Amino acid sequence: MYSDLIRLSNIVVTLFLAVIIVLFSPISFQAQEDIEICLDCHSDKELVSKKDGIEISMFVDQHIYNESVHRDFSCTDCHSDVDPDDLPHAEVLTKVKCNDCHDTDSFESSVHGSGKVLCNECHGKHDIQYSDSLKLIFDDKCTSCHTSASAYFSSGVHASIKDKNNEEIKCQSCHSSHIHELNSKNFDEKTLHKTCGACHQSAVDKFENSLHGLALSRGKYLAPNCITCHNAHQIKVSKDQTSKTYKMNIPTLCGKCHKEGTKISELKTIDKHNILANYSESIHSDGLFKRGLIVSAVCTDCHFTHEMKPHEDRTSSIHRDNIASTCTQCHVEIERVHKKVIKGELWEKESHKIPACIECHQPHQVRRVYYEQDFNNNYCMNCHSDRNIFKMVNGEKISLYVDINEHNNSAHKDNSCIKCHTNVSTSINPICKESGTVDCSSCHAEQVEDYSTSQHGKLYAEGNSNSAYCTDCHGTHNTLTKEELNSPTFVRNIPELCAKCHSDADKVGGAAAQKAREGLANKYTMSIHGKGLLESGLTVTATCADCHTAHKELPSTDPLSSVHPDNIPATCSKCHLGIYEKFRKSVHSPEVTETDKEQPGCADCHKSHSIERVDKTDFRKGIIDQCGRCHMDVTDTYFDTFHGKVSKLGSIKTARCYDCHGSHSILPTYDQESTLSRKNIIETCKTCHPNSNRMFVGYLTHATHHDKEKYPYLYYTFWAMTILLVSVFSFFGIHTILWFFRAMSDRAAEKKSNK
Amino acid sequence: MNDKLTEHSEEVYYQRFDPFLRFLHIIVIISFILLAFTGMMIKFSGVGTFQSISKFLGGYEVTGFIHRISAFFTFFYFSAHIGFLIYRKKHYKRDLKYMLSGENSMVPSKRDLIEFWQTMKWFFRVGPRPEYGRWTYWEKFDYFAVFWGVMIIGSSGLILWFPEFFTNLGLPGPVVNIATIIHSDEALLATGFIFTIHFFNTHFRPDKFPMDTVIFTGCIPLEEFKLDRPRQYKYLVETGQLEKYLVGPPSPILVKVSKIFGFAALTFGLFLILLIIYSMIFIYR
Repeated sequence: MYSDLIRLSNIVVTLFLAVIIVLFSPISFQAQEDIEICLDCHSDKELVSKKDGIEISMFVDQHIYNESVHRDFSCTDCHSDVDPDDLPHAEVLTKVKCNDCHDTDSFESSVHGSGKVLCNECHGKHDIQYSDSLKLIFDDKCTSCHTSASAYFSSGVHASIKDKNNEEIKCQSCHSSHIHELNSKNFDEKTLHKTCGACHQSAVDKFENSLHGLALSRGKYLAPNCITCHNAHQIKVSKDQTSKTYKMNIPTLCGKCHKEGTKISELKTIDKHNILANYSESIHSDGLFKRGLIVSAVCTDCHFTHEMKPHEDRTSSIHRDNIASTCTQCHVEIERVHKKVIKGELWEKESHKIPACIECHQPHQVRRVYYEQDFNNNYCMNCHSDRNIFKMVNGEKISLYVDINEHNNSAHKDNSCIKCHTNVSTSINPICKESGTVDCSSCHAEQVEDYSTSQHGKLYAEGNSNSAYCTDCHGTHNTLTKEELNSPTFVRNIPELCAKCHSDADKVGGAAAQKAREGLANKYTMSIHGKGLLESGLTVTATCADCHTAHKELPSTDPLSSVHPDNIPATCSKCHLGIYEKFRKSVHSPEVTETDKEQPGCADCHKSHSIERVDKTDFRKGIIDQCGRCHMDVTDTYFDTFHGKVSKLGSIKTARCYDCHGSHSILPTYDQESTLSRKNIIETCKTCHPNSNRMFVGYLTHATHHDKEKYPYLYYTFWAMTILLVSVFSFFGIHTILWFFRAMSDRAAEKKSNK
Repeated sequence: MNDKLTEHSEEVYYQRFDPFLRFLHIIVIISFILLAFTGMMIKFSGVGTFQSISKFLGGYEVTGFIHRISAFFTFFYFSAHIGFLIYRKKHYKRDLKYMLSGENSMVPSKRDLIEFWQTMKWFFRVGPRPEYGRWTYWEKFDYFAVFWGVMIIGSSGLILWFPEFFTNLGLPGPVVNIATIIHSDEALLATGFIFTIHFFNTHFRPDKFPMDTVIFTGCIPLEEFKLDRPRQYKYLVETGQLEKYLVGPPSPILVKVSKIFGFAALTFGLFLILLIIYSMIFIYR
């Protein structure tokens, strides 16, 4: 029984296979037949075709074809415009379209696509093989076009070493193994270092946290990436004397950007001047270039190769706290030999108590000079404690007196004079003569960068002397942190500080002058924010700097401004987060409603400087105008009904827009959560009408008898009443006029008869 | 006025309105003017003048309160009048026919149509002045206009006064909107009618100009009465009731007070009419 079943199933399977073979055999037979027909001509090695006067062989080697991956296809599968029954075919055939079978979309959108490189240029024509075998010859394929890159590559280090998987480094090792999708998107300047990071992990990690890497990730113009220093194809090890990163070449490499007159120097100012020039005169440069001391310090020795950071960064190799250890990389025994430092250990343990190396030995200018005196504050105060010391600028006498006590109580009390007054030079007398203006950005880089993009900064850069500079708000030697009660930047003093200029229309320009004329400072004082600060003594209330930012203030017309209409909700949310969360979900939020029309933000209903409590009369009165700016029709009809009419008579407690519709969480009435949805409307009306009921809430609060379609009952009632009025008045009007004339003529007749 | 008046007839007056009617009419005048004045505030709330007046009077709460107090007096005089009619019917044991169609009845009858036609002829000088009785057809219209007005304005006003109560009884919300229109337009009709048509028919018509104080003094010189309402005079003489209604002249103080009050009311009414016309032009400009 069981064996019968097996036999039966065998028969079924055999029959099934037979059917399949019978069904498909004509195809292969057909294919072979087609090839035979084509080869009748194309096996002729002499067969040529002429194109633009050049003879091209039309010979097809059957053996090679039979070895190719396409051997089971007939000629006409690719050359589809050839009809084997109608020969000879046209001399010029249409190009073979590989995308009939292969998905070439990603290739077409790649750098090689859209006709720049044809499939057969890499894959061949009749000799097509699997890509595994192609890989071996792949670099040859690339280099056939990319000749210069190839030449660079073969002279670089990557040509002679193997990667971490012990494989040879080839084009596709970096240029993506998905060779068909190769385009600028997956290999662009900004993310290029990630490609290098595949092998050079630690260097790239350091780079990403460095000043260069951060600038790159922020998309800053001219930010360097790996190939800026290391080249793209001709990458060489730094020991190679021809390498750009060879020690002798480093100052030149860094100097390409970090010298006066380069593009980057125009974009970003560094407080150190003439770096390269100074370095070339320094003892380090002297050692390297004149004495061939390969151990002498170059840029990367102090700033570190991949992880260069600004000096205010605590982790930076050139941060004041780390300077000593950076220098002692080379000057290992300096603590033992340096005569000026008592108890050498202080240098690293309590570096703030004693000068750091650079305070005597200026960076970039390290000379072989033994300074007779270090530049401590006492040295400066020798002259600057004199009340009569001054300089002349444009014929104006400017006092140079410094009250050291003021400085000693300031936020900068731990900083020596030369920390701010950099660029002092021992070659001049006095040494500070050409130190120039203090550049706060050497420590407060972020703030100064913000400032330079602000309206104050822009105007100051244009030479507007009225525009606020760092010292106008923060003072000079007496600068205090904003936490100090008597600091001009303490929250309570900010309105007064800003009003110094902004209440005087002559000191400010443009829209600010208009605001000043309107009494900006007074408005703020009377506003709820101002009262909170000045009357209630709240330090958490908003002052000028809270909305306009401390350093980045811009006119509200600037899209980057914190008070630009688009940014106001986010600015207010810094304090009123709960309101903002509600507002974001409301119908007025750009996240909910997408529209070309202007959407209201906080300041549209709540005035900016004269913001007041919402239960105040003026606010309640003003809100209808605010809503009405956009919702004109419903505002008009609101005034046709009781609430509107009474509010026009000056009633404060009658329902305003937001009493019914809600304020920050306003939603369309069809929304279940709306205060006016069927679910909530009775409760909403109950806030004023305690006996509200389902029928009561049917009252039409925006009804008009002018809309026949929407309110037919009101429309017809109105017209019925109007007809009644007109007919009564017409009837009795005529009656009265007739009577009047009759009675008057009677009187005239009477008078006449009396005469 | 009439040179032929004898000394005797100069002193003889006909008593047209009893004190109760006069008292009611004073209440009507005061409450009506106040209602019209305070109501206009809301009807024409878009006009600056009314916003200022409302503010001057202490806001809509105050005018609204006055409006409601006056409404209360309106309901009072309306029910007092109905009570008065019932009292009269019972006390004088008058039958319904007398109440509905007698010489003293306010109910319009066929004779009013005839008189209206005769009046038209008189206006056009094709007939003599009709012999009017106690109530002319326009007086009857006045009477029922108030009657109708109080009911319509009163009921719609109650809906607006107590919307929660009425909707709770099952009245749909939009009825409140409809009540608003009816209340407002019917009030406009009443105000416009009283302060123009009624004022002319009763006071400003040339034979009464500038005003007829009969509603305050209650009596009118017999000679004038004879000319004004010949049919009633004839009827009274024929039924021998005339003597019953003859009185002496009203006291000079009463006349003076009546004139002052009457003028004040007339002036205020005309002032309101001007305000209405001004507002209508202003709103529908």
